[in-house]
Amino acid sequence: MSGDVTWVGKAPESVVPEGDSLVAAYCLQLGDDALIYAQRLGEWISRAPQIEEDMALGNIGLDLLGQARALLTRSGELDGTGRGEDDLAYFRDEREFRCVHLVQQPRGDFAFEMARMVWFAAYQRELYAALTGSSDPVLAAIAAKAVKEVDYHRDHAEQWVLRLGDGTQESHERMQAALEVVLPYLAELFDDDAVSSAAAEAGIGVLPSSLHDAVVARVAALVERATLTLPDDSRWRSRGGRRGVHDQCMGYLLAEMQHIARSHPGATW
Amino acid sequence: MSEGALYEVFVRPKRGLSHVHVGSLHAPDATMALRNARDLYTRRQEGVSVWVVAADDITASSPDEKDSFFDPAADKVYRHPTFYDVPEDVEYL
Repeated sequence: MSGDVTWVGKAPESVVPEGDSLVAAYCLQLGDDALIYAQRLGEWISRAPQIEEDMALGNIGLDLLGQARALLTRSGELDGTGRGEDDLAYFRDEREFRCVHLVQQPRGDFAFEMARMVWFAAYQRELYAALTGSSDPVLAAIAAKAVKEVDYHRDHAEQWVLRLGDGTQESHERMQAALEVVLPYLAELFDDDAVSSAAAEAGIGVLPSSLHDAVVARVAALVERATLTLPDDSRWRSRGGRRGVHDQCMGYLLAEMQHIARSHPGATW
Repeated sequence: MSEGALYEVFVRPKRGLSHVHVGSLHAPDATMALRNARDLYTRRQEGVSVWVVAADDITASSPDEKDSFFDPAADKVYRHPTFYDVPEDVEYL
């Protein structure tokens, strides 16, 4: 073979959908972020430092699960396959999920969870606030409901980051370490992937990079108040979640989340 | 992590009603107690307003004092408005 060989070692570019399929693909990405993080937060129940925090994290997980249900339902309505929320949640394989790496990371200590949440909720807060102006009326309505929920998630995480950062020496060190651990997974939140870019162009969605400054400003101010330090940029960073490339942990997460539904397809309570 | 201080939680179910004691919880401080109260006691739309009070700040009557505190009121029936007959021709009472 001669001539252009630039394709070597690269995944083929997927075709960016248009029209209803674009709305479907965009809702799928947002829905997968919410679904997978809901699954991770559910793991905290009975494992949080206090029973009160079990409830708080469970509530936040359920908010996210509600967002996921609405977004996946919307995606299934428009993608032409007639799939419902359960089909999309339980009967897709790993490479078909479009979530970022941040939400799929295994549960760490409580400081890690608060570091992840403070970033993710700040991101979701800016995202949903902007999406209330989406040209898709259903997506705009989902965002209007969700923005109030994530406002609370952000507040919850911020309260804990303040207390752990400006707490004991042990809590300060662990909170600082957690900020370093989540750092490599943050840039991906603000990547302008093909679907988000097309959705933003069409007035359906928001350009992820446009959220970056507001989110970073918010978290940076908090981190300073908490007597912590925002870590320098990391040497490596996650990428590819929006194309279905995930970490090894994602397979285990899906196995746990999906096995009952796959063992008993169509079962109801 | 230590459990934190104990807080008593009061929820107002809707406008016009008063806050009612619904239970207690642990929290590191009052700000977090308010948030925990929201998560524990208003999950099913039980309230439109929440108060939290550090349990230590409440001075309460003791069960030991029950006899001297409350029993003396038992035979004072004249303290109830129903004790008095209202004359027929008194309006607006």
